[in-house]
Amino acid sequence: MSHSTVPRTHTEAEPKENPPAAHGGATGATGKRPAGKLGLRVRLRRDRVLLLMTLPAVLLVLLFNYVPILGNVVAFQEYDPYISDNGVVSILHSPWVGLENFQRIFEDSAFWNAVQNTLVLFFLQLILYFPIPILLALLINSVVRPRVRAISQAILYLPHFFSWVLVIAVFQQLFGGAGLLSQILRDHGYDGLSLMTDPETFKFLITAQSVWKDAGWGIIVFLAALASVSPDLYEAAAMDGANRWRRMWHVTLPALRPVIALLLVLRVGDALTVGFEQILLQRDAVGPGASEVLDTFVWWNGVRNQDFGYAAAAGLVKGVISLGLVLIANKVAHLMGEQGVYKK
Amino acid sequence: MTAVIDKPARPPGRWAAPPRPVWEEAPSRTGLAGKGLVLFLACLAILFPLWIVVVTSLSTRKAIDEAGGLVMIPTDITFVAYQELLSGGQVTRAALVSIGVTLVGTLFSMTVSVLCAYGLSRSGSLGHRWILMVLLATMFFSAGLIPTYLLVQSLGLTDSYLALILPSAISVFNILVLRGFFMGISQELIDSARIDGAGDVRILRQIVLPLSRAVVAVITLFYAVGYWSAWFNASLYLNDQDMLPLQNVMIQLVQKQEAPVGLGQAIKTGELSGLAVQMAVMVMALLPVAVLSPFVQKHFKKGMLTGAVKG
Repeated sequence: MSHSTVPRTHTEAEPKENPPAAHGGATGATGKRPAGKLGLRVRLRRDRVLLLMTLPAVLLVLLFNYVPILGNVVAFQEYDPYISDNGVVSILHSPWVGLENFQRIFEDSAFWNAVQNTLVLFFLQLILYFPIPILLALLINSVVRPRVRAISQAILYLPHFFSWVLVIAVFQQLFGGAGLLSQILRDHGYDGLSLMTDPETFKFLITAQSVWKDAGWGIIVFLAALASVSPDLYEAAAMDGANRWRRMWHVTLPALRPVIALLLVLRVGDALTVGFEQILLQRDAVGPGASEVLDTFVWWNGVRNQDFGYAAAAGLVKGVISLGLVLIANKVAHLMGEQGVYKK
Repeated sequence: MTAVIDKPARPPGRWAAPPRPVWEEAPSRTGLAGKGLVLFLACLAILFPLWIVVVTSLSTRKAIDEAGGLVMIPTDITFVAYQELLSGGQVTRAALVSIGVTLVGTLFSMTVSVLCAYGLSRSGSLGHRWILMVLLATMFFSAGLIPTYLLVQSLGLTDSYLALILPSAISVFNILVLRGFFMGISQELIDSARIDGAGDVRILRQIVLPLSRAVVAVITLFYAVGYWSAWFNASLYLNDQDMLPLQNVMIQLVQKQEAPVGLGQAIKTGELSGLAVQMAVMVMALLPVAVLSPFVQKHFKKGMLTGAVKG
């Protein structure tokens, strides 16, 4: 691969020496030239291996992330899946109905119910879930014994790697109609109860499951931020007479602020996604009244009822609002002086 | 709270607290006890349910009946539930499917991701900014469930294991983490290899990968856990019950309280506890993850941080 001796721009940042001209012959002379001035063909020849390496991933992303965007046209159709096994053929032969699907959505009380459930769950998780990793991280960070720290971290991270199926199965064994809680209650002469099928408490159940599964994993980002705080700051604060709590308030929390802001932005941007797999798995047990969220609404109408145009329209509404939310959340982060997800 | 300062004057035991810096006040007993209690309860909340699941899966029918359901204290240990489940039949097949999909999928995902991450990690290379933008943009939108479903169907992937691998094969986030790590590798090292005549493939294989074992381990775990835990694509694209992976079989068993095919009789006649069978399947699903993830744990922080959000 002698072509690759044409250096990439990194050598211009540290202009030490050209690669020996002996190797690859003529290329040595071009050594310090910025990449922009190299001919496209030269660069293509030089970087073709790198480009080939990215090709499989790029193709997969184009095929499974970009191509389906076009499929959203079924939102403007009365899509008939029985025309052909091939979706493209079906799309070409399905009648166009303009905005009819969207009209139907906005008149559908089931849709508004899903919107309401989604928003309630989002706020519930923001209040009950979001602070827990921060508090846990402060706690773990204050543990100085290395062994205790490592073991408790290992335990706290563990449920993150469990599947939703497993997490819900575990909750079922604890809080289901035949679960441990019911069992204990019955042993003491009370009626058993099934939290897994109770629409009243369902949203709290969902939040509890999320906390059990992911709150431990959530501390990792905060721990990293805490580890990067210079110990000198704590020492200086202590010299100035700050006690433990004041050091936490004036040193630790400011160090966490950018991370908290970033995660908050990400969460708000993702507000309409509140645990699709988790809720879908329990939708039958609790009923759609309490459990239907936007994602499961799309699934129900599309996959179950085969009303693809309608479901795609609902998905498109959600997708467009979500994109808007991400961009707004970033804007707010920038205004607050934080970095947000992408740089300005 | 306390800052951790590494000043090991004498190497302390791994259970002992490292020496406290002079400016720090001694921790109060109540404070220590309170912290210990909270931490203990948090760990207990995670381990206790798992303990019950494991113990019940190992209990005889008699022990389960005596406990009135879930068993907290092991009395009568038996492996009969596992023997029945693993002696061929629905669950054995599902476990093999899950193992197969996880191995093949992880290998595929890692190959594609590592190649792409390296391909994008050499600054100044042709078009890498554009490609990066194409990848990054996908983190802001999703095409939606229905169009993706129609696409997979149109590609003829229905009732094929490829439907469990291809649509979710790469995570842009994972590629960015790998790329961030690769970019941190000393440029001089790579330049000198290049001068010695090594091409990009060789540099990746012999220099970059050996230096990136930590992050490669973390990302491999992420992908493997993803494949192992997945059930949704299987529920969408596989119509053949015999092709379903372990997670989907677990849904039928635990949530719908169906006995595994072939074992219904043994459960009805009372040789086998239906509950123990459920629990055994849950243990089979959690065991690989619980065993592997702690080994990779020490690399998590590094893996999560480097390059997660780097243009």
